[in-house]
Amino acid sequence: MSEVVFDRPKSLIDVTFHYCPGCTHGIIHRLVAEVMDELGVEGKAVGVASVGCSVMSYDYFSCDFVQAPHGRAPAVATGLKRSLPDSVVFTYQGDGDLAAIGTAETVHAATRGENITVIFVNNAIYGMTGGQMAPTTLPGQVTQTTPYGRDTNLAGYPVRVCEMLATLDGVALAQRVTVDNVKHIREAKKAIKKAFENQINKKGFSIVEILSTCPTNWGLTPVKALDWLRDNMIPYYPLGVYKEKE
Amino acid sequence: MKGNEALAEAAIRSGCRHFFGYPITPQTEVAAYMAKRMPKIGGTYMQAESEVAAINMILGSASAGVRAMTSSSSPGISLKGEGISYIAGSDLPCLIINVQRGGPGLGGIQPSQADYWQATKATGHGDFQILVFAPSTVQEMVDTVADAYDMAEKYRMPAMILADGMLGQMMEPVVFEDKEYVPAEKPWATNGHGFKRERNVTNTLYLTPNELEKRVVDRFKRYEIVKENEPRVECLGTEDADIIVVAYGATSRIVKSAVKSAREQGIKAGVIRPITLWPFPDKAIAAAADTAKAFLCVEMSMGQMVDDVRLAVNGKKDVHFFGRTGGVIPTPAEVLEQIKKIAGGVK
Repeated sequence: MSEVVFDRPKSLIDVTFHYCPGCTHGIIHRLVAEVMDELGVEGKAVGVASVGCSVMSYDYFSCDFVQAPHGRAPAVATGLKRSLPDSVVFTYQGDGDLAAIGTAETVHAATRGENITVIFVNNAIYGMTGGQMAPTTLPGQVTQTTPYGRDTNLAGYPVRVCEMLATLDGVALAQRVTVDNVKHIREAKKAIKKAFENQINKKGFSIVEILSTCPTNWGLTPVKALDWLRDNMIPYYPLGVYKEKE
Repeated sequence: MKGNEALAEAAIRSGCRHFFGYPITPQTEVAAYMAKRMPKIGGTYMQAESEVAAINMILGSASAGVRAMTSSSSPGISLKGEGISYIAGSDLPCLIINVQRGGPGLGGIQPSQADYWQATKATGHGDFQILVFAPSTVQEMVDTVADAYDMAEKYRMPAMILADGMLGQMMEPVVFEDKEYVPAEKPWATNGHGFKRERNVTNTLYLTPNELEKRVVDRFKRYEIVKENEPRVECLGTEDADIIVVAYGATSRIVKSAVKSAREQGIKAGVIRPITLWPFPDKAIAAAADTAKAFLCVEMSMGQMVDDVRLAVNGKKDVHFFGRTGGVIPTPAEVLEQIKKIAGGVK
């Protein structure tokens, strides 16, 4: 008799992702689904999809889902959680959604200590619209709308979301992870699990920022994109726990 | 009871336990009342960081299947436009209050009816409608709330009560009918499938044109049923009237007193008061166009509802307009003067 040691998590629907080859959304989706399986929360989970590449995450997770307007996922999640206090509500958002158009919703859900889980995928670019400057685009980084590289005199500086939110009393967890290797993937999963457990234990707002790649819009192969992430993103966005409530 | 507070109490009695708002004059008493009452009855009052956030909290709350409500005034409703479009596109019921003030821009804080177009034609982007109720007394505002929720749930669309600063701020005696709220089944709610049903998804994104078109067309079929069954209107003295004055909300009260004076002076005038602005009671107006000689539409705006009156009259009779705007309230004497002027012309 053979034993199944690796399978698709039950919280992921058996369909093909629309994500580009080499994009790390796939790994992150899987980690969130594994955590939902392990905590047994699929049946009482409600996900909130954002606008951007992950807009169609509602097609991939097997729990109930709400697709929010651009940037408003934390507000939609607030409405859900306040109406269904026993459910498990999480948002899945990209950098443009969370740190530009949705900054107010993010900061205020965090400072209220809204008891939700935020999965924040930071790939330093607007992916869905074809590679424009994001709030997290690095100084000097070339994008469609910073064709000569991000000039901080013109376009300002990138937002370090975890560092910013760590200053707020309502935040239970603000942690930055990545998924460029097996060790980091394991750490990312642990952080995501903690962020869901915090909600179950009514600890308040938990955000896990995951540094992610966008090979298509960065114009790199998947392997080179991971190198770019290690060489450029991690130094600017150091991994670690920025805030953790006991 | 003050109009704004009566609205809030009526919502609570209709089963609303989730209020999300943001302060703005002249509707702030709605929020203040909710802030006082909700914690005592196990409900949620939340002051959001913006109107944008508040309406999106409503999107979440309505999707969860509960009776949610937000309240604002004109500039705030503009900000809510995005969320209202998503709520309509998601086929979710909710209650939105607009206690109108003068515009455009920051405008003023005095009563106005300049958001008629916004409420009935363009609350947000895309092909959609919302239910719009225009009560004219505090009692009618109270009575409208439960109906607005029931209809919003029946037709799965947002409902708006379009009041104005006068109705919100005025005090009148009210009677609350004690009806027990029995929540309707909401099999579409995203409240956790619990492995007992198929998963629910609240969504407005359809990248295939034919699929999106079908969703919109299906929604408009539902709107046709609403237009057929739900227009509400009050007609006074229209049977023998030569001149019919059309007005809604607080303005209709001024118009009624002007029409009464006109009758006393021998002018056969009547009143048509749309109670629902969408669906618009166009049949009542079209019927009156067969018997009356002329129409006068009176609004606290530069003339917005008059467009719909003209469409309903369909060129059969002249449709005149009189309006004051910017927070200026028309007087019965001004309206009477207009009626007399038209009466002079139609004789």
